Amino acid sequence: MSTNLVEVEDLSVNFVTRESNVRAVNGVSFTMAPGEVMCMLGESGSGKSVTMRALMRLLPPKRSVITGKIRVAGQDVLAMDEKALRRMRGSTVSMIFQEPMTAFDPVARVGDQIAEVVALHRGVSHKEGRQRALDLFDLVRIPSAQRRLDAYPHELSGGLRQRAMIALALSCEPKLLLADEPTTALDATVQIQVLILLRRLQQELGMSVIFVTHDLGVAAEIADRVAVMYAGRVVETGTVRDVLRNPQHPYTAGLLASTVHDQPRDQELKTIPGAPPDMRRLPPGCSFAPRCPKMIAECNAGSPPPVSPAPGRIVRCIRTDAPAFA
Amino acid sequence: MAMTDFAVAVDDARDRGGPAQPLLTVNGLKKHFPIKGGILGRTVAHVRAVDGISFTVRKGETLGIVGESGCGKSTVARLLMRLIRPDSGEQIFDGDPVGAPRGITVAEMRRQVQMVFQDSSSSLNPRMPVQNSIAFGPMAFGEKQADAIAMARELLVKVGLNPALFGGRYPHELSGGQKQRINIARALAMKPRMVILDEAVSALDKSVEAQVLNLLQTLKRDLNLTYIFISHDLGVVRWISDRVMVMYLGEVVEIGPADEIYRNPKHPYTRALLDSKPAMDPDHRREEAPVSGDPPNPINPPSGCRFHTRCPFAEAVCSAKSPAIGMVEPHMHVAACHMQDLSSGHTKAGMVLEGTH
Repeated sequence: MSTNLVEVEDLSVNFVTRESNVRAVNGVSFTMAPGEVMCMLGESGSGKSVTMRALMRLLPPKRSVITGKIRVAGQDVLAMDEKALRRMRGSTVSMIFQEPMTAFDPVARVGDQIAEVVALHRGVSHKEGRQRALDLFDLVRIPSAQRRLDAYPHELSGGLRQRAMIALALSCEPKLLLADEPTTALDATVQIQVLILLRRLQQELGMSVIFVTHDLGVAAEIADRVAVMYAGRVVETGTVRDVLRNPQHPYTAGLLASTVHDQPRDQELKTIPGAPPDMRRLPPGCSFAPRCPKMIAECNAGSPPPVSPAPGRIVRCIRTDAPAFA
Repeated sequence: MAMTDFAVAVDDARDRGGPAQPLLTVNGLKKHFPIKGGILGRTVAHVRAVDGISFTVRKGETLGIVGESGCGKSTVARLLMRLIRPDSGEQIFDGDPVGAPRGITVAEMRRQVQMVFQDSSSSLNPRMPVQNSIAFGPMAFGEKQADAIAMARELLVKVGLNPALFGGRYPHELSGGQKQRINIARALAMKPRMVILDEAVSALDKSVEAQVLNLLQTLKRDLNLTYIFISHDLGVVRWISDRVMVMYLGEVVEIGPADEIYRNPKHPYTRALLDSKPAMDPDHRREEAPVSGDPPNPINPPSGCRFHTRCPFAEAVCSAKSPAIGMVEPHMHVAACHMQDLSSGHTKAGMVLEGTH
């Protein structure tokens, strides 16, 4: 078991307020090998970003209750104190976000911000940090890197800003990169550039990447494995080929069928009826049951246990043997 | 007010020119936003958001507008609704110039053209039950409150929401998809002939997006509507549109029937945009990005063809001279590219673009 870089077991995150208890993540388990790219696929509110933030303990400690086990590079993340967390963040696990404008300090030059991180983590001088920043800008293929180091975040275009954030995240050579919808806010012609860049960097540096997205096309471009999330649970995992070509969970199948890509215009789109559940009041059994075309009475009895229809595949559905989703 | 009123209302005394006359004709529409600077607050530059575009929308069709951020597609929508004033250009609605002498007034045009925005929350009044939001427009135009509310509840049925359950709710009690249905109902309350949908499904989850797209198609058929559908999502635009207009930095680079554009794009930018769409097949991943860099800043757009800084086929003529898109007949497929013009002097003039997929 120690060969896995990431081991998450029965992770649950509850956000507790006076009025309500939001069960954002309900028993997520997965493992990741070094050098693997996994896509967390799901809609808004499915708990994918919360899972990412739990991996780095970025959730507000007073209001969030995290249970379960998280081990990254052999260390128990949930048992870490502040000092250990600071050491882990950046050097073992690093994160990039959807909106780079909010990740950078708007009143400091990007080169200085990267240099500061390197100097702090590595104990080197600011000058050496700047040199490292220049190397990183070359690595993420920012043109005229030397000049761009002196730019403020607002002076960079969306694509360059995202590249600069990737450079910042890679500055301490993390073993695991968490990417939370990093290409969603980008234009189409820029998104594909950043995806190809991330794929190349991942191969060159051999790091593991967890890539959060709601876009099946993005998952097809970058993932080795896919974990489909719904209402705070991983409902299906498998290799990207298997999951996209032969979805086993009715939700995955419905998501694939309802995504618009070159369907004939005169036909209605296939849809999943209804809307995702309220995370304050989850149904007792399978959370997808109210929207599921294959639902039977047993689906509401309890949360479906994981079954493995094929090696490397895990599906949380008691109806996998029922006829395919039409 | 009975359900049938809608069907009657759309079969329409307001139709003036008959089916052959375009519902909307736009000629040379232009909007430059000034940028003030210096201590005297003088205008130092202009954002050339929409720079002289022309197109037509036929009755009963859906015109899709695609392009990346900053290409001016949302500005076009706002100009058409006169939420901002155009610097110049002509807008003819069913034969009547809008806001011109002997034409129709902006207020009259707005009764017939309605708009749905991307952000479903901020476009609804948070302190008003949704059925009152829907009834607000008709009441402002003199409808009695009881009648307007009754009609609002009917519209709720039309957009697939139970009025007994949802009519009295406030926006925060609804999901994103439900709020967008309310926005659609509110747009329909004015019994418009044209609806401008500005990224109306972009903020929705995929499983909900498909529901709303189906609803839009059903409503269009039932109520005999004409749509302008603005989106950055090429797949969605292809599915919903009869014709597609591609914009880049404030200009129209290509316009034509949807399938033509997607199968045989004529402009290198359209080609690049289509090739940038992630493949849905992990065994055929994209190895090279079709173009590099970001779209340039519309404050100082490149000279000549605005795409020449990123175009793989750019030659001297492209930076020297702006390509013309020519006369746009409603059914034609045309592109503003020197390669489309045999007399332009471009060495590849007349070449057919090949895709990577």
